[in-house]
Amino acid sequence: MELVIARPEGLYCPPGDFYIDPWRPVERSVITHAHGDHARTGNQRYLAAAPGEGILRSRLGQDINLQTLPYGERLNHHGVTLSFHPAGHVLGSAQVRLEYQGEVWVASGDYKVEADGTCTPFEPVRCHTFITESTFGLPIYRWQPQREIFAGIDSWWRDNVAAGRASVLFAYSFGKAQRILHGIDDSIGPILVHGAVEPLNAVYREAGVRIPTTLYAGDIAKNDPLLRQALILAPPSAAGSTWMRRFGEYSDAFASGWMLLRGTRRRRGVDRGFVLSDHADWPGLLWAIEQTGAERVMVTHGQVNVLVRHLREQGLDARGFKTEYGDEDDAQVPE
Amino acid sequence: MKAFAELYARLDATTSSNAKLQAMQDYFAGAEPGDAAWATYFLAGGRPRQVVPTRVLRELASRLAGLPDWLFEESYQAVGDLAETISLLLPEAEHSSDHGLAWWLEEHLLPLRGLPPETLADRLPPLWAQLDRQSLMVSLKLLTGSFRVGVSKLLVTRALAALAGIDAKRVAQRLVGYTDLSHRPTAARYQALIAAESDDEHAQRGGQPYPFFLAHPLQQELDNFDTVLGPVEDWLVEWKWDGIRAQLVKREGRLWIWSRGEELVTERFPELHELGEALPDGTVVDGELVVWKHDSDKAFGIQPFALLQQRIGRKTLSKKLLDDVPVVLLAYDLLEWRGEDWRSRPQDERRARLELLVAEMGDERLRLSPEVRGSDWADLARQREASRELGVEGMMLKRRDSLYGVGRTKDMGLWWKWKIDPFSIDAVLIYAQRGHGRRASLYSDYTFAVWDDASPGERVLVPFAKAYSGLTDEEMRKVDAIIRKTTVEKFGPVRSVTPSLVFELGFEGIALSKRHKSGIAVRFPRMLRWRTDKTVDQADTLATLQGLL
Repeated sequence: MELVIARPEGLYCPPGDFYIDPWRPVERSVITHAHGDHARTGNQRYLAAAPGEGILRSRLGQDINLQTLPYGERLNHHGVTLSFHPAGHVLGSAQVRLEYQGEVWVASGDYKVEADGTCTPFEPVRCHTFITESTFGLPIYRWQPQREIFAGIDSWWRDNVAAGRASVLFAYSFGKAQRILHGIDDSIGPILVHGAVEPLNAVYREAGVRIPTTLYAGDIAKNDPLLRQALILAPPSAAGSTWMRRFGEYSDAFASGWMLLRGTRRRRGVDRGFVLSDHADWPGLLWAIEQTGAERVMVTHGQVNVLVRHLREQGLDARGFKTEYGDEDDAQVPE
Repeated sequence: MKAFAELYARLDATTSSNAKLQAMQDYFAGAEPGDAAWATYFLAGGRPRQVVPTRVLRELASRLAGLPDWLFEESYQAVGDLAETISLLLPEAEHSSDHGLAWWLEEHLLPLRGLPPETLADRLPPLWAQLDRQSLMVSLKLLTGSFRVGVSKLLVTRALAALAGIDAKRVAQRLVGYTDLSHRPTAARYQALIAAESDDEHAQRGGQPYPFFLAHPLQQELDNFDTVLGPVEDWLVEWKWDGIRAQLVKREGRLWIWSRGEELVTERFPELHELGEALPDGTVVDGELVVWKHDSDKAFGIQPFALLQQRIGRKTLSKKLLDDVPVVLLAYDLLEWRGEDWRSRPQDERRARLELLVAEMGDERLRLSPEVRGSDWADLARQREASRELGVEGMMLKRRDSLYGVGRTKDMGLWWKWKIDPFSIDAVLIYAQRGHGRRASLYSDYTFAVWDDASPGERVLVPFAKAYSGLTDEEMRKVDAIIRKTTVEKFGPVRSVTPSLVFELGFEGIALSKRHKSGIAVRFPRMLRWRTDKTVDQADTLATLQGLL
């Protein structure tokens, strides 16, 4: 029995009659995490892991019809037993485990295998069929441990302070920004954030994640000398905007897994690229798949063809699932 | 290697000239002369021929990384650069070598040239195991002859000049010919680059040419010429020749011919060697190498660039080829006369002496690039309309009081190139391939086609040109998205698409070709604009293209 199939609205569970991360409005949606390509507005009901509630409501509206479930707790719906398990991607991110007539499927949404301190680490869940993402599904993608990346950011920031210029770091506002704030050395100087980042910081703080004190960049006067020592966190969309003018002389950097490649780094046109991703790298994907013990793997968004072919060569029954989470095989999609 | 790899990373990370200058100065200040000699060579654009075949590198890297060939290939397609791909796939080295660039090149990398694949497979892995990821990538770029980093030769010159405390023009002069394949960079040559100025500077130059003075494109409406340029009498006007810019150097009884790329090309043009016997010692002539053969119906004997290209491609020059495709130098400047540097004399004076020299020589192979005279700018503009028939690219305007500057500088003199508009044609995009470097993973290299009648009433698209420049980043992203959505088939890195996009292609020349399916080869094709206002049916036909021949 297929517990999940691809439909025009999204990934659908026929016996349970609900969708996982649908991209078109449906009646019943199960949401793995609150990033825009997975959690969309317009569904009549939402079911998500409890730690994700704050973020989901802040992004989709306080009044959405949302039911939550703590990690590991089971819920039965039309004979399907559903539970959420940590995916280690961002705060509240979950894998969805479905069990029906002895058959177990796990839909992982997006995941990362390295623990980062801002969300519950990824936990492998045994299953017969595993639905995996493949954003960084090529062997070139191998991440350094995050402490090395944070040390690099700290040292770039310190050098900028010494040279008397601001440090502008572009990172996605939800997840990446908080992970950076949690991981860097906040004694180097003041930390300023863009208006898109601060509301998410608040949610993380409420969830008990240590986020250092941040100032709202808009509150700082244009020529304030404080800017020359500051680290400024902003979403990538702020690059090249008039908002940047207030910082005077600055060095800019971008934190993303795509920064591993010289081409993408250069296209982004920033001074520095820090290779920091909230997705599993190639060894991480293969490790996670192996840990599930699954004999069948459904591959979604990213390097679908590559990962499918590789898994087949390893003797697994692997197939591609066409989804609308980002583009087919392109490195341009945001994380 | 580490220090040089670090320099590469610094240069690669910034677009600021000042930051690049600083990075080079920091490197040179701390480098051993032998390492600095090689660094200068590579930064100034020197590229030794490929040392190890890329096929061997691919196979070896796949094996060391434990990957099947197809997965290596997929990775390469995503990265768009072989050296980078390999450096990302190989296990990272535990110990990184502290040896310098010169040691690596001279002791280990260059001696690999010509070794059989089995020997390479033994030698390379232990070398790679000593290099950290960045050093590995840089050495692979050196091995494959694909090292390129965004610094101009002028910037390298400035970095060395600042270090040496001498004039940048002097360094530029000493650097001419430094990257030619026939000399190997050495500590002594590097030290000579940055040595204090000496009295016998001139005497030591051997066969060195002068840095070429370059023209700026003139993009003005004719109405503005009087305002911008002043009276026509102030200008020496010549045709803009479509050949290879070159300097003929005669010193110490020998002749050297240098191309604009500062490559020594003396051996490629044996028919000019006799000129060396007649030219007086201490003479340097600047001009254009062109294929010259008189047709009765043409004003000039200049032949299409494509013919010259055939000659450059040949390793051996048969007598037949030399007879069929004879080369001459169209002389337009005199840089040295009787051993004296004439570059600080005005254009007019240099020209007058050059005219005398050409007349005295009386050799068909050294011809004067004739002066074009016009009563005013409008008159010249009228004459310029005949450019295509004459086989030239437009006109050159040189201020009569210009000194001969260095590169694209404007402080010593002024030369303008007043080119004719390129040919243009509306063509349909039918294949796309992912780009390299900065465009890796973007579909940025396209094949274009025009309509041809396959049979009465049935039209097919025939490919005739590839182009990858001319679009803005924004446009390219849009085109990339359309290509992904309209893909019909994938062949390795290439995709065929359902034809839907029309572009106006510009190109400089057009010639018959047996190697192209369309029977036509165009020169320097690029996208002039995206014709979003045209449908595929409205694109041009092969007949229109043939009409341009």
